[in-house]
Amino acid sequence: MEQYIQGLAYVVGDAVDTDQIIPAEHLVYSLKRPDERRMYGRFAMSGVPKAEQGLPFGNIPFTAPEAYHSRFTFIVGGTNFGCGSSREHAPFALTEAGARVVIAESYARIFFRNTVDGGFVIPFESEVRLITRIRTGDSLALDTTRAHLTNHTTSEVFLLRPLGDVADILKAGNVFNYARQAGLIPARP
Amino acid sequence: MTITEKILAAHAARPRVTPGESIWVDVDILMTHDVCGPPTIDIFKREFGEDARVWDPNKLVVMPDHYIFTANHHANRNVRLLRTFATEQALPHFYDVGTPRYKGVCHVALAEEGFNRPGSLLIGTDSHTCTSGAFGMFSTGVGNTDAALIMGTGKIWLRVPQTMRFIFDGALPPYLMAKDLILAVIGDIGCDGATYRAMEFDGDAVYALSMQERMTLTNMAIEAGGKNGVIAPDAVTLDYLRTRTDAPFEVVYSDADARYYSEHRYDVSTMEPVVAKPHRPDNRASVVEVAGTRLDRAYVGSCTGGKLEDFIAAASVLKGQEVVIDTYIVPATTEIGQALHTTDLDGMSLHDIFENAGCLMGQASCGACLGGPKDTFGRNMAQEVVISTTNRNFPGRMGSKQASVFLASPLTVAASALAGVIADPRTVLV
Ligand code: SF4
Repeated sequence: MEQYIQGLAYVVGDAVDTDQIIPAEHLVYSLKRPDERRMYGRFAMSGVPKAEQGLPFGNIPFTAPEAYHSRFTFIVGGTNFGCGSSREHAPFALTEAGARVVIAESYARIFFRNTVDGGFVIPFESEVRLITRIRTGDSLALDTTRAHLTNHTTSEVFLLRPLGDVADILKAGNVFNYARQAGLIPARP
Repeated sequence: MTITEKILAAHAARPRVTPGESIWVDVDILMTHDVCGPPTIDIFKREFGEDARVWDPNKLVVMPDHYIFTANHHANRNVRLLRTFATEQALPHFYDVGTPRYKGVCHVALAEEGFNRPGSLLIGTDSHTCTSGAFGMFSTGVGNTDAALIMGTGKIWLRVPQTMRFIFDGALPPYLMAKDLILAVIGDIGCDGATYRAMEFDGDAVYALSMQERMTLTNMAIEAGGKNGVIAPDAVTLDYLRTRTDAPFEVVYSDADARYYSEHRYDVSTMEPVVAKPHRPDNRASVVEVAGTRLDRAYVGSCTGGKLEDFIAAASVLKGQEVVIDTYIVPATTEIGQALHTTDLDGMSLHDIFENAGCLMGQASCGACLGGPKDTFGRNMAQEVVISTTNRNFPGRMGSKQASVFLASPLTVAASALAGVIADPRTVLV
């Protein structure tokens, strides 16, 4: 996990469920084959209703039409981010599109687990309702160690919740590396 | 300790556990399906080697169910990937498509095939894995990475959840079903009201329910964010298990002095039929409030509302009548699909009742519950307004992002199918 991450913000609302993050019809693509996995980047966040895509403006697709990568590094959401299905394709799609961090007020349990154990986007929590303080396209900088978020566009600074005991898995890269380091599973073959 | 804490402690080989602590537990059954199975297998091979063996082939259950009756090339490939893996690993519990073993929706099939056993711990690559908790066991959904770790080691780390207790008392009126109870709970506590927590269902009204109806309660625990739903086993549970499994199990109960995060009481005799309005399962309204809302179609199916008793309920309303909107009937499993032909209501099979009423009959699978490939039976394609016995109505869940989905009980869905507008089952059940 890098200490400093910079990039643009993409803001959405509350209860963005996994069908909005990656609609079920796209789950058929392989997550391994390069020609297919990029489809997850193309359709990441495509299920969010148009009016809520990129708040407060709306109608801003996360990944531009026909593109496979997003220009946004941070996803800023409200409460219960990632609710719904257990599909790991959801954090995978965000990562494949190029996102690095999600900051939400709260997460659904399985989505949170998947991001941590799979080593995808880093899930930070904010006590402040950031979706009213950050706008899509704002330039953000995050110090992951200090959980310190700066909005360069508005010059506001926010202290996020520390990552807590999942930081160890995030630092290891994923749950397999973590389990190997802890001696819970044998070394890689 | 609560029943959830006791089962977790037993599977961590510890005398007791406390909510909040993270523990490594042994998994009794891992279930996966066609959507999450192939990527799980990829991760398993990446981490444990191309020739790695699963930790215990007897404990891995593979049930393709999501994208079955489709021409979609990628979806069919996923089933083939499962087939190859099942052969490689000589898996005894693979329920292959196109064979007599094919079952359909995993959560209902797990019960039918005897994999749900009191006191056990079951993990699935599907959020509705919480359904199995109706059998007095711990069950929850995870992603591919966690499942791949279990495939290789039989272990997973879990944070011990606090338990919320929901007590239902009183006699359930004939116009209400378990679906009304759980929609009421989700409406009360919200889509994240039970996040990270266990939901324990208790009280006379719960123990008066059949296993199928109990499964409707635990199935939707995830719709309140719950980690697991659980109901203590009783004679009804043991009765169901007798015909389904010979495997040993140990019943577990919450202690009288168990500590709960919260306690919520309901008198079911005073409750009303409810719906969840678009586009969230916690957007509850009583049927009376939304009665008359114009509908384009009705859907009876899924792990929530596609069990035999759901169809008996729907048929009791549709018998001798005709639906006025497209009405889709999708049994969760092949066993239920067959039972539609062999179960009679006043001398007519459920299947014939539905056909005579003008319903469209589908094959056992997840069907349009989660949209799926474009050629999926019953999938929303445009701005349809739908009333459905399924469990989620997030935007686009049943296909089209322009569609609106109301969630309701099979009784309410059937009554509405006859009227073409949302209708109160009390108006047709006389
Ligand atoms: S029926 Fe629906 S909710 Fe149940 S497992 Fe299938 S897709 Fe998921």
